[in-house]
Amino acid sequence: MALEILIDWFPYLLSGISLTLGLVAAALIIGVGLGLPLALGQVYGSLPVKTVISIYVWFFRGLPVLVLLFLFYFGIFPAMGLDLPAFYVGAVVLGLWGAAYQSQVFRGAIQSISEGQMTAARSLGMSRFQAIRSVILPQSMRIALPGWSNQYPEILTESSVCYAIGVAELLTRSSQIVSQTYVTMPIYLACAVIFILLSYAGTTGIHMLEKKIAIPGFGPGGS
Amino acid sequence: MDQVTFVLDVMIPAFQNGLLMTLALVAITAPFGLLIGIGVACGRVYGGKGVSWLMKMYAVFFRGCPLLLLLFILYFGLPSFGIVLSPFVASVLGFIFCNSAYNSEYIRGSMISVKEGQLIAAKALGMTRNQAILNIVLPQALRRSIPGVSNEFIYLIKYSSLAYMITVIELTGASKLIATKYFAYNETFFAVAIVYLALVTITTFGANALEKKYAIPG
Repeated sequence: MALEILIDWFPYLLSGISLTLGLVAAALIIGVGLGLPLALGQVYGSLPVKTVISIYVWFFRGLPVLVLLFLFYFGIFPAMGLDLPAFYVGAVVLGLWGAAYQSQVFRGAIQSISEGQMTAARSLGMSRFQAIRSVILPQSMRIALPGWSNQYPEILTESSVCYAIGVAELLTRSSQIVSQTYVTMPIYLACAVIFILLSYAGTTGIHMLEKKIAIPGFGPGGS
Repeated sequence: MDQVTFVLDVMIPAFQNGLLMTLALVAITAPFGLLIGIGVACGRVYGGKGVSWLMKMYAVFFRGCPLLLLLFILYFGLPSFGIVLSPFVASVLGFIFCNSAYNSEYIRGSMISVKEGQLIAAKALGMTRNQAILNIVLPQALRRSIPGVSNEFIYLIKYSSLAYMITVIELTGASKLIATKYFAYNETFFAVAIVYLALVTITTFGANALEKKYAIPG
């Protein structure tokens, strides 16, 4: 009985994957697009820039995603006159939140490149920007990759909190199915299995990428 | 209602109750999360093949399953097996599973980092395996895992907000209720944000002090 219901509703549950992965992709894309400039600002910026970025990071890392979602969905966005659908709010909030965490991964990686390299690049006539782009970043991004990829499972599980503002991702769909059919455990467990598989598949994929772009004899402990 | 009375008569009492609930959730979860985390880590590192695999699956499941889904399973799912938990108990259980799974990873890492020669040396001195683990490996491993475990404690403060989703009125819940009732979203959520930031910042300072105090010299 319960199995039949699970099979009947499985396509509906599965179609939540695209929304979950959409949230995760947004968080990762905004995370890199915003996190990398934040990291560069925190390392190379002037004091006011550094302070502002530190406050940003402190704010977004210090708050639960649930509170951030409430704050932006009910508070900030409506006050700005923006009437965004829940999915976009979820994507933006996860992105801003992810950027705070990812900026710290990038910052650590950038700071791990010895300062002498910057001095050497400058003495060869490169501008600061050129040195960052051609000398510092290619190395530090490879070092950052393992730490950065650790963000993926975290963002994946955290994306389920978007249930609270009604984004029809995996968890929301499974609770919709539960309230329609009164079948609880099989549905929730199926949802859990999907999350764990997504987490596993993504992590494995990133590990393969890490191996592929690694420079032999260079990197954090070869992994 | 003007802002001052709103803050004094509505917000502060609600936040007080919410804060107490959040602190209760965290205070009950943390010790169990640590103890079970140590147990799981020991099982994974020193257990037989079967135990080790089981403990690994424990960590994989509870780290991979979103906490909110875990709370739903405990609160909405278990009653179909005749187990009815109160929202508070379901939240604490969910937090303990999640917290202990993450802690076990940190502790496992630091247990592996203690050189194996120490275990052999302890045995050579006549200690049993359990004595050696308890007196030699754990004191070192636990110190090394302080940064990870205290980080997880800070995470616990933040994810305790999810208890609201199964109707425990903690800080986030309290703020959501008054925000909706008085239609004061920005004020209330910014105020609750400040409370969380204060909690997290104070805990971070405490964790750093703890780390310094228990650092192994050299």
